[in-house]
Amino acid sequence: MNLEQIHAFISQPWPWWMGGVTIGFTLWILFRFGKEFGLSANLRTMCAADGAGEFADFFAFDWEKQGWNLMVGLGALFGGYIAANYFGGDGMAHISQATIDTLNGIAGKNILTEGNVPIVPGTTIVTTELDPFWSIYTWESVFTLRGFIIIVGGGFLIGFGARYAGGCTSGHAISGLADLQLPSLVAVIGFFVGGLIMTWLILPYILQIPY
Amino acid sequence: MKMFKYIVVGFIFGFGMWKLEAISTFRIIEMFHFQSFHMYGIIMTGVGAGLVITQLFKRGKVKTFKGEIKTFNPKAKTWWRYIIGGIIFGMGWALTGVCSGMMFVLLGAGYTVFVVFLAAAMLGTFAYGLWRSWLPH
Repeated sequence: MNLEQIHAFISQPWPWWMGGVTIGFTLWILFRFGKEFGLSANLRTMCAADGAGEFADFFAFDWEKQGWNLMVGLGALFGGYIAANYFGGDGMAHISQATIDTLNGIAGKNILTEGNVPIVPGTTIVTTELDPFWSIYTWESVFTLRGFIIIVGGGFLIGFGARYAGGCTSGHAISGLADLQLPSLVAVIGFFVGGLIMTWLILPYILQIPY
Repeated sequence: MKMFKYIVVGFIFGFGMWKLEAISTFRIIEMFHFQSFHMYGIIMTGVGAGLVITQLFKRGKVKTFKGEIKTFNPKAKTWWRYIIGGIIFGMGWALTGVCSGMMFVLLGAGYTVFVVFLAAAMLGTFAYGLWRSWLPH
């Protein structure tokens, strides 16, 4: 295999079982370093680093000891940069036809077709021109009511819920379930109950807000 | 630099999450509509690998680089925080289609608007810290 073939091999969409390889490697190496896997803890660390300890004891801890986890987050940022820009492949989300139909149903028009669904709807170098209905993750969008609710509202719920529940997808769904922690199972069931309520009962209406 | 190794770990994780499309908001909608096995496959193989790895470390078959046995902190056995907090997190996950780790990946990929998402998530965390003593746990 020459370099070009290796590049093409990595650039194709990865099958789901690569999730086990990627997550397994991450856990293995972090455990070897004597650490844990949980990315939402970084939100608390960043609050503490900004001086939130003056307002609540929850943030009065030695946040510099959590510096390693911030580095994992920073590494994930670099990983996203390299993957999107140099190994992005076609830059599309290879979702099922059923989902494409569902999404077009929500939009009320046939915007998305197979092989033409950007991995994340918004403007970057990897996505092509897209109908404004799905241009959600852009700076223009965040100044509309719809984009504000999705980006700011979602961010607030994620930050609040992750700390309330004591972990997020990485801390509970991966690390907690892997350690057979019953509280984590309860939290993950909660994630899905909340996710289903939002996806089925609320999100379609939020997406209909004029933008 | 001793922090560099953690950047490498995060790099591989973030790279993988992008290639697996786990950062795609459409993939999250697909998952909550049960229209593909893809996301479940990622989570299930991730947990499966994690189960084996956690047991190996717990039983001391594999030790940390320092030669110590890795300890795991059991989660407190209360319930309201996991139920209510979990539902709130799940609603945020489905609303934006992004969870806390994925925002770093998206920021790196060039979706700079996610600094607003990150700030909102920090505000949410801060709000929890403020209201903590009034919330049922």
